[in-house]
Amino acid sequence: MNAYQEFKIIGSRPVRPDGFDKVTGRARYGADLNMQGQIYGHVVRSPHAHAVITSIDCSKALAMKGVLAVMTGDDLVKPGNEMLGSGEGAMALKDVVPMVMSQGKVLFHSQAVAAVAATTPALAAEAAKAIEVMYEVLPAVTDLHAALAPDAPILHDDRFPDGYPEEPTNLAEHISLTVGDPDAAFESADVVFEQTYSVPMCHQGYIEPHACVARVDAAGQVDLWCCTQGHFAVRHFTAAVAGIDLGKIKVTASEIGGGFGGKTTVYLEPLAVVLAQKAGRPVKMVMDRGDVFRATGPAPGAQTRVKLGATREGKLVAAEVDCLMDSGAYSGSPAGIPAFMATACYKLSNARSTGRSVYTNKPKIHAYRAPSIPQVTLGVELAITELAAELGIDPLEFRMMNAVEEGDANMMGAPYNRIGLRECLEVARNHEHYKSAVASGAGRGVAMGYWVNAGMQSSATINVSSDGHVSVLTGSPDIGGSRASMALMAAEVLGIPFDHIHPQVVATDSVGHTDLTGGSRTTLATGQAVIQAAEACVAELCRRAGSEWEVEPGVVAWSQGAAHYGEHTLTFEALAERAGSMGGPLTFSSSLTATSTAPGFAVHICDAEVDKETGRTTITRYTAIQDAGKAIHPDYVEGQMQGGAVQGIGWALNEEYLYNAEGVLENPGFLDYRIPVASDLPFIDTVIVEIPNPLHPFGVKGVGEVPIVPPMPAIAEAVYQSTGVRFRDLPLNPPKIVAGLAH
Amino acid sequence: MNKPLNKMAVQATINGEDTVFLCSPGQVLAEVLRDELELIGTKIGCNTGDCGACSVMVNDRLVCSCLVLAAEVEGQCVQTIEGIAEGGKLHPVQQKLLEHGGLQCGICTPGVVVAAKALLEHNPDPTEEQARYWLAGNLCRCTGYDKIIRAVLDAAKTLREEAA
Repeated sequence: MNAYQEFKIIGSRPVRPDGFDKVTGRARYGADLNMQGQIYGHVVRSPHAHAVITSIDCSKALAMKGVLAVMTGDDLVKPGNEMLGSGEGAMALKDVVPMVMSQGKVLFHSQAVAAVAATTPALAAEAAKAIEVMYEVLPAVTDLHAALAPDAPILHDDRFPDGYPEEPTNLAEHISLTVGDPDAAFESADVVFEQTYSVPMCHQGYIEPHACVARVDAAGQVDLWCCTQGHFAVRHFTAAVAGIDLGKIKVTASEIGGGFGGKTTVYLEPLAVVLAQKAGRPVKMVMDRGDVFRATGPAPGAQTRVKLGATREGKLVAAEVDCLMDSGAYSGSPAGIPAFMATACYKLSNARSTGRSVYTNKPKIHAYRAPSIPQVTLGVELAITELAAELGIDPLEFRMMNAVEEGDANMMGAPYNRIGLRECLEVARNHEHYKSAVASGAGRGVAMGYWVNAGMQSSATINVSSDGHVSVLTGSPDIGGSRASMALMAAEVLGIPFDHIHPQVVATDSVGHTDLTGGSRTTLATGQAVIQAAEACVAELCRRAGSEWEVEPGVVAWSQGAAHYGEHTLTFEALAERAGSMGGPLTFSSSLTATSTAPGFAVHICDAEVDKETGRTTITRYTAIQDAGKAIHPDYVEGQMQGGAVQGIGWALNEEYLYNAEGVLENPGFLDYRIPVASDLPFIDTVIVEIPNPLHPFGVKGVGEVPIVPPMPAIAEAVYQSTGVRFRDLPLNPPKIVAGLAH
Repeated sequence: MNKPLNKMAVQATINGEDTVFLCSPGQVLAEVLRDELELIGTKIGCNTGDCGACSVMVNDRLVCSCLVLAAEVEGQCVQTIEGIAEGGKLHPVQQKLLEHGGLQCGICTPGVVVAAKALLEHNPDPTEEQARYWLAGNLCRCTGYDKIIRAVLDAAKTLREEAA
């Protein structure tokens, strides 16, 4: 049971503490800090998608007046098999270093090969052109299937997937899991349905390009400012990549202009540090928008084959999922997730799930909101809808008949705790949207989504000022309103006004280690650290009050922001004011590795209308339903649901990486890589379902990622219902629809 | 190789203040606002006029400041996000964005505020569709635009009530 049954302020919608600065332009993001005496870094990037670097000559650049430092991959560590980080942020050093700068071989177009620092940005750009890099160009491969062909150019001749003979291949991973006896179960099924679906590579599309500024003092101490989802991860990765002791680096996270998983690693930061070391001056670096698209980790494209077996009555008896995913040039480890989680929404005693990933001459893929799950879910959910139609069962009813509930186990074996998938389906079934008639010419689709949600490490410190105001310090960069949630949770425990609480995201040397903002973990895990620190504060205040009244602390009750015993009362403000004479300053820290995680489930309903002449799809109505456990600040829970749904809409309808035969990205800008704009969309209706997480003191479940999971299959079905033509390869852009309708 | 200093002096009214700044002939307004005048509220998301994060007003025209040469504002009035709140009092567009939770990461917010204020000066009673088309040049990747549009329509209502 949750310790807190009734909330006083949790669930309300106060204005976020950082809001004023953000609507007035005062908030400082990655590119908004300048350090005294700073110079500017510029990266030299490969014009080839696959090549061996035969020489790099920086002498002409270095001779230019105003050029203070140059560097190449030789200035970074030579990685072995070290692993960096843990959980969702875990990466091998050999997969991180080359995404910062190549060392001898180039595996994708625009990969960094050298960098220069000069007194002005224009001079740095000019000097970059003076760095002479010689290449031996190799054939490039960007298509998943072409990369697995016997004659494909091989990217890595020293990497072999587990269980395979040590022969050069572009296969990066092959992970397969089986429960029960799927082959026998398919034999016994009344109906077997099998189809293949595909999703393109896409980008997180955060509006703020990567940016940082680094200063190195005479003792070698590094002061680094950057936009990131995890400044402790930046410290760790920068230390490892640049070969610097962890303790010598302090990282301050700026405000962050979007990340969605894409800002959970380093690109510019180690370069700025190395250039600053060499130049003896602070170095600022800001990535160009085109390079954000060309050279930072996108989300993998994937092809998924789904085979389902069911009884005629609609019970799902077997599933087989085989997902082939892009890894890009290095290992992005995307294949485990489809293997483990492809069928996580369904009760299945017999299932086989396989994930494979493939090296291609494209940037290494990186996390994007529920990484790898939207791709495989397009296949699973659309196949479920197609099978339901074959059985003559309503697609929502079919899901209700087969959806997991508490006690059911997924492919990973562990039974679910108190999940809310069936409650979400129930809400969908009774929702006015689902009960309404579909407009003439439009179509409707429904789909479910699952995401595992992370726990990981978090810390919080609470400092009480003598005026009764409180600082809540955490190490979780606030990407979508989490400071408001932290303040609400502290206010709930302490019983003091929301606006007396000042939540801050502080630097790596000012709070305990905190893993990155990702995995939908911040409100759950960092929130739990805040709750614990606030509870420690209350316990100490009760102890002090008890001491004053000469009673045991256990008999002192805390409520309404004050300690109470009989007729006695001491308010938070009074205890704060008298802290110095009652035992000293009030400061409380809490750190944890969160084990309170709960998976996220969502159900989306989408109505869409396709213009048969132009092929343009308009989303006419959209409803997102999700179990949030407990919504701490409902505005920002709804915001996650709406934002995730719209990212899914963009991926379904337009977003796609387009490479030419030479492996050059042809749409590296927001004009040609078209993310949804305001006029593309209707309002996104939301229903927050609250089935409290029994493991979390406030019942919180992760919220941020699962909303991107259901949109693609929901929209693909709505397009089918609108057109009568089945599309299984995304995106459903106008040329594809027009071509499909012509057949 | 190093180019000689080739700077021109430009005189303009920026957020109501007479201002003189130096810029190169090829430098864009967004860069000068940020780097020379330290008005960092104007954001650069793309530098190609696609994202709208650098939206400012030049006289009564809404522009992407990454597409305007700094030298072009000689003698003109420029209003940036920093010039929109009057003293400590937020403009209704700013206030309603806060009240509706119409921002998450906030990087697009300055551009949205500038553009939405321009919309309401041009059209005090926009329909939802008009608001959506006017703001189609301001990319937001976080919110799905829902709460932004609600905030802008609500701000329009407030402004109309204030005017009545």
